[in-house]
Amino acid sequence: MKIHEYQAKELFKKYKVPIPEGSVAFNQDDAKTSAEKLGGFPVVVKAQIHAGGRGKGGGVKLAGSLEEVEKTASEIIGMTLVTHQTGPEGRLVKKVLVEQGLNIVKELYLSIIPDRQTASNVIMASEAGGMDIEEVAEKTPEKIIKVHIDPLLGIQAYHLRAVAYGLNLPAPIIKQFSGMLKNLYNLFIDYDCSLLEINPLVITGDDTVVALDAKMDIDSNSLYRHKDILEYRDFDEEDPLEVEASKYNLNYINLGGSGNVGNMVNGAGLAMATMDIIMLAGAKPANFLDVGGGADAEMVENGFKILLSDKNVKGILINIFGGILRCDVLAQGVVQAAEKTGINIPVVVRMEGTNVEEGRKILADSGLNLTTATDIKDAAQKIAEFANA
Amino acid sequence: MSIFVNKETRLVVQGITGKEGKFHTQQCITYGTNVVAGVTPGKAGQKMDDVPIYNTVKNAVDETKANCSMVFVPPPFAADAIMEAADAGINIIIAITEGIPVLDMMKVKNHLAKTGSRLIGPNCPGIITPGECKIGIMPAPIHKPGGPIGVVSRSGTLTYEVVHQLTLKGIGQTTCIGIGGDPVNGTNFIDCLEAFEKDPETKGIAMVGEIGGSAEEEAADYIKKNVTKPVVGFIAGLTAPPGRRMGHAGAIISGKSGTGQAKVAAMKKNGIHVCENLGEFGELCSEVFKI
Repeated sequence: MKIHEYQAKELFKKYKVPIPEGSVAFNQDDAKTSAEKLGGFPVVVKAQIHAGGRGKGGGVKLAGSLEEVEKTASEIIGMTLVTHQTGPEGRLVKKVLVEQGLNIVKELYLSIIPDRQTASNVIMASEAGGMDIEEVAEKTPEKIIKVHIDPLLGIQAYHLRAVAYGLNLPAPIIKQFSGMLKNLYNLFIDYDCSLLEINPLVITGDDTVVALDAKMDIDSNSLYRHKDILEYRDFDEEDPLEVEASKYNLNYINLGGSGNVGNMVNGAGLAMATMDIIMLAGAKPANFLDVGGGADAEMVENGFKILLSDKNVKGILINIFGGILRCDVLAQGVVQAAEKTGINIPVVVRMEGTNVEEGRKILADSGLNLTTATDIKDAAQKIAEFANA
Repeated sequence: MSIFVNKETRLVVQGITGKEGKFHTQQCITYGTNVVAGVTPGKAGQKMDDVPIYNTVKNAVDETKANCSMVFVPPPFAADAIMEAADAGINIIIAITEGIPVLDMMKVKNHLAKTGSRLIGPNCPGIITPGECKIGIMPAPIHKPGGPIGVVSRSGTLTYEVVHQLTLKGIGQTTCIGIGGDPVNGTNFIDCLEAFEKDPETKGIAMVGEIGGSAEEEAADYIKKNVTKPVVGFIAGLTAPPGRRMGHAGAIISGKSGTGQAKVAAMKKNGIHVCENLGEFGELCSEVFKI
């Protein structure tokens, strides 16, 4: 789960990781009040969306007076910000973070991520701050320091020294930096982060380190133990149909772009393979809805309604390999959805596995206008014919 | 022959009294799996059907000589359950549970490295040696006993699809393993490939991967150097958009790593027969394995 920069900074503050003074604003008047509290200029106005690259997209601006703060805030709030991470459709900005401007001497990069390969947490740091770290990693990998931490051992003083000396920090800063990094690591562990990134971490003219930016992604599987993070959820940043699906414990993924085939599948691997085979057959998947293993007829019904409500969809492919999910349960759900909402687009059904005969019978007896497919290849070809008709 | 599990395997089920644990234990018993014990803290002395229940895995091992565990414990307690099994001396731990936090799994992985235990999963369908024993949630009838093909996969239902196609072509399986779709898991492709290579009855290997991470690339490299048996591979998610988590926590293309194209290229370069169209997996296997 992603959270906003201003929310991450609230947690930074709690963990004594230095951040610039500032507060979030939802309109230009708020922004002016926020700036007044800072008591000096310049201030920085930063768009708050769940995507990086905001500066390049015009979502981060300096303001030298209260009038400029108002003007800048009114320009940014309400704009559709397009960055390399938002896709071409961009994201509507609804709030800004208003912060004090700092006298920056040096910009650094710092992040902590769980490394799947070594099953350890890795601190990555670089003197090439402010830049796209993937580009740095590709072109000048020697400029990135990596320190692996055994999760059973936890962070030790030598880890901190490896990063601090690796960054060639000036002597007066090392102690402060090490303390900050230790706190940051604790934050990372306490909140089950899947990414904690500061880019840039700055050294200011008065020799202090400050987190100018803050990015925190939290492992969705850990949210049961982070109720406070649940309150940070911002529905404006999510696809409305994905939100709707999550209410029923269904996993719906909008694939974006110009797809025209809706998919109901069970299991992530089969979902991806189904998506691929639809492309091979010459059509384009718009989404997939994973009904998972433990679905009942109601969940299937709700899922089917969600697929029908996606206006780009010209046809629906149901590809289910029954294991825990029984085919008769799935069929019952499809019939219920059809009876309640009506189906006005072609539906191709391919079912296999547990209770497949019962499932096929339910669909055949329903009188619904469904096309059945014999196997996954046949299903992809049939749905492609409908979608491209 | 088979790998990891067979008819000698003595299974303890952790979380045997939960709805799913109970249902799938019954299914495993019906298939012929030797389920010797169950564990649910606080329910020692009770039975699930004829299976005795213990408070701890240690008690179950002491009383029944269980050597393999199937974990159905819910995510908040699953990491603890896996480590408990390892410390009780269980050789093979199969974790079905979906949704264990990554940081928990990293601790598990580091702890298990100090024991002799092998973990399969988590977030996996389990393992089956057709005709001998089934430990997991896969539908039994799609499998064909007797070999000669070993199946290893990161997915659940996609494994069923692949196995089903093999069976329809008359190609039996020695052992089918789902290693799970999480970013941090126990047994990986290479462990399974190594075991299949050593197993005299396995004559060929079907390997099903997906986008995210670099496990398939490493496996492809390993195959070139160490595997003499023919391998047919498939990668799911070739058309997935970058940056989206595709349902499996491990299936995400981040930056330039983990793309399906890179995996397919690595597999082809190392002599693996890559299936481009899932609908033709069975046919390709017939051709390559000459069955």
